[in-house]
Amino acid sequence: MKRRWNLSLWTGFLIVLAGLGSYIPFFALFPVTRDFPWANLLLLAIGGVLMCAGLMRAFKQPEVYRGRIFGSILAVLSIAAIGLFVYGLFYEARQIPLATAAPRVGQKAPDFTLPDQNGKVVTLADLLSSGPAGTGKVRANGVLLIFYRGHW
Amino acid sequence: MRSFQHRLSDFNARGIHVVAISVDAPEVNLRHRQKLGFTYTFLSDPKAEAIQRYDLLHRGGAPNGADISRPAEFLIDSTGTIRWVNLTESVTVRARPEQVLKAFDELSFNR
Repeated sequence: MKRRWNLSLWTGFLIVLAGLGSYIPFFALFPVTRDFPWANLLLLAIGGVLMCAGLMRAFKQPEVYRGRIFGSILAVLSIAAIGLFVYGLFYEARQIPLATAAPRVGQKAPDFTLPDQNGKVVTLADLLSSGPAGTGKVRANGVLLIFYRGHW
Repeated sequence: MRSFQHRLSDFNARGIHVVAISVDAPEVNLRHRQKLGFTYTFLSDPKAEAIQRYDLLHRGGAPNGADISRPAEFLIDSTGTIRWVNLTESVTVRARPEQVLKAFDELSFNR
């Protein structure tokens, strides 16, 4: 009798791939799924359970199901990739300087003179002395500075 | 940063400038801004002068080994005083616009 393709192994592997690949292009775009990657971890867990089930039946009923060899390979690959993903998100992403000397609440914000996207030079004092563009406000009530890593 | 664009009208209504700062060149910022439909100001700090003044320099922080800024957000009032700071511990966790708007409304400065 021809042995059956072990579908849950392959489905599980595809879900693991989706769980790994979807963080940066999709789930990282939304704060709810970015700050803690629960959607990705959920996909990885579902994929992992399916793969385990597939592997177990491949070994328990080798005369019915295929997958002892390729299933083991896929499982090792998945574990390594999930390890890298978790390391990146929970360790590597936290390797940033502490900024212990950053200005604190109550202190004067250090001034700066920097070009905007059109090359026009802007200072913090300039920003404070005019309202946000198009609002008709004469003065700003505040300035929110968002420092970010950039796109190099 | 996308989420701040979505809530930009709330910042405008309060008279708050939203300004992004990184080491990226003005041309990069212009392109990036157009591509993603951002309308707030992007400032360019290639020599990391302001970034160092705010103690945010992340040496070798870019994948190519370049010095960049660590993520951080500062809310400054009309007198130039810092009123709210967010120094994240992870590059994947950033301030949300709701947090900043709430901080502004609760502090109710400039009244």
